[in-house]
Amino acid sequence: MTQPLSGKEVVARIQKQVPGAVLLADHGCIWVRPVTVAQVAQYLKEAPGMEMDYLNNLTAADYLDYLEVVYHLSSLKRNHSLTLKVQCWGPEEPEVPSVFHLWQGADLQERECYDMFGVRFVDHPNLKRILFWEGFEGHVLRKEYTG
Amino acid sequence: MEMMPQFPWEEMDRGEVLSIEQLRAGSAEALHDPDAWIDDEVKRGVLITSLDAMLGWSRRYSTWPVTFGLACCAMEMIATAASRFDISRFGMDVFRASPRQADLMLVAGTLCWKMAPALKRIYDQMPEPKWVVAMGQCAISGGPFAEYVSVVPGVNHIVPVDVYVPGCPPRPESLLHGLTLLHKKIQTEGSRLKRGLN
Repeated sequence: MTQPLSGKEVVARIQKQVPGAVLLADHGCIWVRPVTVAQVAQYLKEAPGMEMDYLNNLTAADYLDYLEVVYHLSSLKRNHSLTLKVQCWGPEEPEVPSVFHLWQGADLQERECYDMFGVRFVDHPNLKRILFWEGFEGHVLRKEYTG
Repeated sequence: MEMMPQFPWEEMDRGEVLSIEQLRAGSAEALHDPDAWIDDEVKRGVLITSLDAMLGWSRRYSTWPVTFGLACCAMEMIATAASRFDISRFGMDVFRASPRQADLMLVAGTLCWKMAPALKRIYDQMPEPKWVVAMGQCAISGGPFAEYVSVVPGVNHIVPVDVYVPGCPPRPESLLHGLTLLHKKIQTEGSRLKRGLN
């Protein structure tokens, strides 16, 4: 059984590596600043003792006031997991750094996330719609979408 | 006391004799057989029927479907093709991977707008005469997803449908019933051009 890491335990290590990145941490996950996602993810992937070599899932949720991008990470070597979250209070189409260069599986998932929620993943090699067609108006999993 | 009517027996007899004599006089020779000139060998090997009946019969028993399983209905379509329900009984066992060799499109499953151009294109590539069966609620009307923006509310928005088979998904028996109805339709359609030239 994969052991979930407590966010509170890893927060100090991440803060040391990427100062000011973590906004909040609880027993299940950590919230980081949008601009620091790529750095934090790289640290979680490469740091000894963390080695999050597998991205289980990348998705988003609409909380009306903000969008939240969710990363489920796990380590096949160490058999533990961690949930990383990013709150985007920003503009209509918020920008979050892509993690494609760390986990190639993020490619399609980031595209789907962009398609459904309109989150722009910066530095993604091919960020276009995946399930809807090009030129489709709106992002259908947004709460504001009523069409 | 009322008298019994007197039948003119003698007159009736004379009339009978006359009609028989006339028929005999006119029937000296056997009636003309229009097929008499055909050799016996040939006669034994040839059946004569109307062109419509022959066309309907041949089309009906070789309706090859193009594989178009879109969603879970495809599982029931596959079950129909497998040995338990055995679609081969109707000469339909050859599911074609190419629309150019197919006569029937079994639309089995939910059609999304992103898939719709492909469906239209495959339908256009099928040679006439061709038929479409909408299998399951999704293909008929969009089913539970009808109001969703990415789902086509019924394949009859894209291609003309001949038979609708309801169910979610329809059991193989339902599909076979639908195909039987389609066979009847094909048989009665005959040589009439189905829906003009595309």
